[in-house]
Amino acid sequence: MSTPLLIAVLLGLAAAAYVFGRRRSVSLASGAGGVRHLHSLPSYYGSYAALWALIPALVVLSVWIAFRSTIVTELVVRQLPPEVQQLGADRLGLVLNDVRNLASGNVVSREVTSELRAAADHLKSLERISAAAMAVVVLSLGILGGGIAWRQISPRLRARNRVEGIVNVLLVTASTIAIFTTIGIVLSVLFESLRFFELVPISHFLFGLDWSPQMALRADQVGSSGAFGAIPLFTGTLMISGIAMLVAVPIGLMSAVYLSEYAERSFRAAAKPVLEVLAGIPTVVYGFFAALTVAPLVRDTGAMLGLQVASESALAAGLVMGIMIIPFVSSLSDDVINAVPQSMRDAAYALGATQSETVRQVILPAALPGIVGSILLAVSRAIGETMIVVMAAGLSAKLTANPLDSVTTVTVQIVTLLVGDQEFDSPKTLAAFALGLVLFVVTLGLNIFALHVVRKYREQYE
Amino acid sequence: MSNGNPSSSGAPPVRRVLEAVTGSLERRYASERRFRLLGRIAVITGLVFVGSLFLSIILTGYTGFKQTYLKVPVTFDQELLDPEGKRDPAALAAADFGALVKRAMQAAFPEVSGRGELRELFGLVSSGAEYQLQDMVEADPSLLGTTRDVWLLASDDIDMVVKGHIDRSVPEAERRVNDRPLAWLDALEKRGAVETRFNWGFFTRGDSREPELAGIGGAVMGSFYTLLVCLVIAFPIGVAAAVYLEEFAPKNRLTDLIEVNINNLAAVPSIVFGLLGLAVLINFFGMPRSAPVVGGLVLALMVLPTIIIAGRASLKSVPPSIREAALGVGASKMQTVFHHVLPLAMPGMMTGMIIGMAHALGETAPLLMIGMVAFVVDVPKGFFDPSTLLPVQVYLWADSPERAFVEKTAAAIIVLLAFLIAMNALAVYLRKRFERRW
Repeated sequence: MSTPLLIAVLLGLAAAAYVFGRRRSVSLASGAGGVRHLHSLPSYYGSYAALWALIPALVVLSVWIAFRSTIVTELVVRQLPPEVQQLGADRLGLVLNDVRNLASGNVVSREVTSELRAAADHLKSLERISAAAMAVVVLSLGILGGGIAWRQISPRLRARNRVEGIVNVLLVTASTIAIFTTIGIVLSVLFESLRFFELVPISHFLFGLDWSPQMALRADQVGSSGAFGAIPLFTGTLMISGIAMLVAVPIGLMSAVYLSEYAERSFRAAAKPVLEVLAGIPTVVYGFFAALTVAPLVRDTGAMLGLQVASESALAAGLVMGIMIIPFVSSLSDDVINAVPQSMRDAAYALGATQSETVRQVILPAALPGIVGSILLAVSRAIGETMIVVMAAGLSAKLTANPLDSVTTVTVQIVTLLVGDQEFDSPKTLAAFALGLVLFVVTLGLNIFALHVVRKYREQYE
Repeated sequence: MSNGNPSSSGAPPVRRVLEAVTGSLERRYASERRFRLLGRIAVITGLVFVGSLFLSIILTGYTGFKQTYLKVPVTFDQELLDPEGKRDPAALAAADFGALVKRAMQAAFPEVSGRGELRELFGLVSSGAEYQLQDMVEADPSLLGTTRDVWLLASDDIDMVVKGHIDRSVPEAERRVNDRPLAWLDALEKRGAVETRFNWGFFTRGDSREPELAGIGGAVMGSFYTLLVCLVIAFPIGVAAAVYLEEFAPKNRLTDLIEVNINNLAAVPSIVFGLLGLAVLINFFGMPRSAPVVGGLVLALMVLPTIIIAGRASLKSVPPSIREAALGVGASKMQTVFHHVLPLAMPGMMTGMIIGMAHALGETAPLLMIGMVAFVVDVPKGFFDPSTLLPVQVYLWADSPERAFVEKTAAAIIVLLAFLIAMNALAVYLRKRFERRW
């Protein structure tokens, strides 16, 4: 029985449990003198039975599905001839792939031996057994759960409290998913990074000046430097983010000031949403815009001025990233500026200050913590941005301070190291996780610092 | 004299202050005007950026919705296609329609000879033309033995010439299309046998290496399945988490921890979620690469913080009097929340949900990590089929060297933006329609 069908049957079972549970409660109540003698409303008895039919079965089902393929693969491997089992993990993976292809009737890359055939048959029979056993176990669990709950139903059963208790547990579980996601992120990047640091010393990774992650397949291969010094990536990331902030901060901040202090209501109502459109545009679109329009423009302008501009210059990527970040700076600053009380503006005007003096000497200082916080958030956004740099920045890790040169960033390297088929244990792929760890730690640190700045230095005006 | 102030020439202090103020006024007003001008420049620059972004995409992309067709008389030769004359579908499926296209082209230009020239001649039409003819014959076998004028799909280079993207004044050696095909094209044009039509196939077909055959149908379906998975997972969990945190959670360490986590997750770079998906879902749980289920799961984790934060805001806006009234007539806390508060907060939650989905629709980076950048020709039919998504398709095409893919990329972006605008408009409409002031 296929999994969707199984889930459908299970849902049907739960519906049946609801109907029977409800009916039993009503009929029991009619013996005792009407529904008002029940502890809870009849629908709660129904829900109680339905939840009992559904939840244990679903839990077993999801655990089964999660571990099914691992266990089946393990059993197939055990049955393979010993010399095949001795192969390394990657070679064994190829063999298993062929077994799977043979079992599902696809093209197989090697000669079909009797052992391969036997393994495929074994795999097929195991999968059949697994599917059948899963259906039997899950359905009987559903029936059993529903049946037990149905038996328990009596006018004195506190069905509402029990149902509410279950719902409460579900709500708590749902809200702890955020914690599990964080734990998952930390563990997944941390474990792979630790494995990477066993191969490449952490000091070399953090302070090395040379990044060329080509690993040798053979010992005598040329160009297999395998250097993992990430400093050029960090400087490249900083340069592109820096250019982006040079674009975004003045434009974003000044437009926030203009829109909240100077602009007429109708202009503000029109311009603010248009600027915020920039925040909703997918980053892949910015990447295309950078590669198609901005990079040639920058290159041609540079050529006109007699400058040597790389076709994937940091300047183009940074400019477009700056455009992307404008709405972050402007709408966050706008909120902060609007939070400064009107009385402070009035006081400044009463002393004879012009509007710009009020803005520069009263409002901006008062709003400064919030503005700094929003800029920090924007920096963290710029550092973690991927698609623009993947499409518009270069791949070669150069240690340069020239914004017209092509540089690469942390996120670009993560993508290039992980896209495509690679074995999972090479330092190359593990390096991507180490870079991911750095990225996660830095952005997290920036966010916490930003929140801290806002909280600590915020002026309280109430 | 001991005053030390050079301007104090005996005038009363008030006058002096007034002089100083009026004297500096011009300078201050000038700086005021400068500041205002700077602000205006900033806003206008921002607006210009928006405008040039949209303009450049639309101007590049609108031609991508059209495709060039060439009218060629085709003789559906019974001998070639169905020598046994049984009109057996299996035999027709195996018939050599490629030769049919070649013969038709040769018949249209009988003066062409020589292998090189012929290859150039056959290059006028797309490699998909033979399937076009095959579909025609399979739909209507009575075509066999007749001669019809058929509009065949032109190849991408010819399409580019017709759309004016290839400059004819460039010397032949540097041009993508040689002189001879251009002459044939002009001849066809004189016969009225060149036409650009709306490219419906762009919306239905899957990806292809040939730009004229490539479509976003597969990517749209992939996005649909992925977003469906994302919705089914993220919405219930997001609503439940928002309800718990806003209505039930006691003020304790665990609640604080959850809140801190949600706020931090909202700021984690999306590519890190891709790493999570790769390490946990694919390598640990052995889920299939490139499948919408995995993509949907990763995107669900990514948008969950957005949905929870929006959900809490909309629960917060339901006034306490509603809760007190329900509790007052004897509802339990759970009944109060689920029967009264949640329905009132639902429009706000839906709005947050749609915005989260729009965010997920445009996301690319985490999907690259979990192998959704594969070249997928078939339109995916389920949650486990290898598939690609609309933004990933944009990324793939943007990387392709063919000139014709540039306009296809921009056209795909226009479709993507249209979806996003529609979703955001729906969110705005919902907010306007159901927003209540208490």
